[in-house]
Amino acid sequence: MTIAAKSAQAIGSRPELDVEAVRAEFPILHQTVHGKPLVYLDNAATSQKPRFVLDAISEYYEKENANIHRGVHYLSERATADYEKVREKVQRFLNAARSSEIIFVRGTTEGINLVAQSFGRANVAAGDEVLITAMEHHSNIVPWQMLCQEKGAKLRVAPINDRGELLLDEYEKLLGPRTKIAAITHVSNALGSVNPVKRMIEMAHRRNIPALVDGAQAVPHMTVDVQDLDADFYAFSGHKMYGPTGIGVLYGKTALLEAMPPYQGGGDMISSVTFEKTTYNKLPYKFEAGTPDIAGVIGLGAALDYVADVGMDAIAAHEHDLLAYATESVSAIPGVRIIGTAAEKAGVLSFMVGDIHPHDVGTILDQEGIAIRTGHHCSQPVMERFCIPATARASFAIYNTREDIDALVRGIKIVREVLG
Amino acid sequence: MAELRDLYQEVILEHSKAPRNFKKLDSANHHAEGFNPLCGDRFTVYLDLEGGKVKDIAFQGSGCAISKASASMMTQSVKGKTIAEAERLFEHFHKFVTTQEHADSDTEQLGKLAVFSGVAEFPARVKCATLAWHTLQAALEGKQQSVSTE
Repeated sequence: MTIAAKSAQAIGSRPELDVEAVRAEFPILHQTVHGKPLVYLDNAATSQKPRFVLDAISEYYEKENANIHRGVHYLSERATADYEKVREKVQRFLNAARSSEIIFVRGTTEGINLVAQSFGRANVAAGDEVLITAMEHHSNIVPWQMLCQEKGAKLRVAPINDRGELLLDEYEKLLGPRTKIAAITHVSNALGSVNPVKRMIEMAHRRNIPALVDGAQAVPHMTVDVQDLDADFYAFSGHKMYGPTGIGVLYGKTALLEAMPPYQGGGDMISSVTFEKTTYNKLPYKFEAGTPDIAGVIGLGAALDYVADVGMDAIAAHEHDLLAYATESVSAIPGVRIIGTAAEKAGVLSFMVGDIHPHDVGTILDQEGIAIRTGHHCSQPVMERFCIPATARASFAIYNTREDIDALVRGIKIVREVLG
Repeated sequence: MAELRDLYQEVILEHSKAPRNFKKLDSANHHAEGFNPLCGDRFTVYLDLEGGKVKDIAFQGSGCAISKASASMMTQSVKGKTIAEAERLFEHFHKFVTTQEHADSDTEQLGKLAVFSGVAEFPARVKCATLAWHTLQAALEGKQQSVSTE
C-alpha cells in the first residue's frame, strides 16, 4: 500500500488525501523549471506517473520480459499471467461483466477507431447517421467523419449551450431512425463539462441505438461503472490516470464484440490460419493482433492499483476542492473569463485573460515554472462554438495543491503586467 | 522576467494591439491563408503585386501577440520591395529568429524587425513569428491552398 493511501484510510469516513505524501511519490514533480519550482497543471493532456508505476514497468523488463500467449517457458508464462491479471483489474475498475470484454488498445483514440472501423463499417450504410456532441475531442469526431465519408452517411452533432452543457432535448431529437450509433464524451477535455451519459445512453437504447462513451477525461476523476451506465462501448487511456503512454482500454459488450469483424489482422487474433481461410480467436484476443504493449499493460495495472489504494472517493473530493478553489480565485482576477461553466464539471479550468492570446499566457506562465495547456485542445469545434481561437487550460490531478493554484493566480497577474 | 521582456518588447506589444495594414485589401491580386494548427493562429495575407513589386500589402486574422506583431511589421517592411527583396528578407528573418547569436550585420539588414531577437530563446514561438512570412511566401507563389506551420 502506498503512503498516501495509508493516510487516506486513517482519516476514516470522509476520505481526504495527504497531498504531501502523494507528491512524494511522484519523482518528476521535484524539479525546478526556469529556476522556479515546477507547477504541473497540464494533467488533462497527460498525468505524471508515481514511483509505484515506474517501478512496475522497470521490474517487468528486469525480471519477466517475454512474449505472451505463445511461450511454454517460465518467463512467458509469468508475463502472460501478469498481463491477463491486469485485464481482470480493468474489469473490476470498470465493473464489466466479463474480463473478455476488456480489449487492450493504444489509447482512447485507437479504441474509438476500432469501433468506427469494425462496428461502424459493418453497420453504417449510405443515408445512415452517427450522432456525436458539439464538445467532442477530435478523436471522437474524425474517426466517425472518415466512416461517414466512406459510407455516404451523415454525422449529426448535438449542440451545447453557452455554459458548455449539452442540450439534452436536442440530443434526444437527433436520435433518429437512421442513427446507427451515438458516440459521446463523458467529460469534455476543453470545458470540463460532465455529460449525463447514463441518461444519454438510456435515450439511445430506447431507440435501439448503441452508445460509445469516450472516457479519457472521466476515469481519472470519478468511479465509472459500465454496467450501471449500460454503455455499449467505453474507451479510456492509461496515461491520463497515472499510467504509461501507449496503453488504453476499449470495453465492449460481449454480444456486440462477438458480432464485429476483427479490426486488425495478425498474430494472436487467430485460432488457425491456412492460405484459404483463417478462423479468428475468441474475445478479447480477436481484437488484439500482434504483440501488445505488455509493459504498458503492466504499468496500467500498477496505475489502477495506485488509484484504488488512494481511493477514487478521496481523489474526487480533493480534485473537486481544487477546481472550486481555482474557479473562485482565477475568476476573481480582473479581466479573466472562464470558458465552460457547466453545473457539473471535472478536473478542467479553461480561461481567457482579457484579449491576450492564450499562447502568450502559456509562454509567460512557463517562465514561472507553471505548465498549462494552451490552444484548441484538439477541440476546434468547441473553440468555434465560443468564438475564440484557443483557451488557456489548467487541469488538476491528485498531487496538485491550493499552493499550485495560488502560483497560477500570481502567474496570471504577471501575464497582465507584461501584456496588459 | 528579463527574457520575457526581450520577447515581448514594447514595439511588439504596440503592434499586436494596433496592427498596421490590418484589413482586407480590395486591390489584391494575390492572397494566401496561413494556419498554425498547434495554437489556432490563422492569417490571410493580401498582396497587390505590380511589375514584380509589392505595391500594397495587408493582412487579416487572429493570433497571439508575437504572430500578430510579426505580421504587422512584415507588411510595413515589404511594402514597396521587389518580390526578390521580400523573399530575401524572409530568409534573413527566419535565420534571425532561429539562431541565438546575432551578428551586427544581421541586425542591420533587418532594421525594425530586429525586435524579434528574443524569439530565438523561445523555440516554441518561432512558428508564431514566422507564420505571416510563410503565408506571404505562399501568396507570392500564388498558392491557392492554405499553408500550415506544422
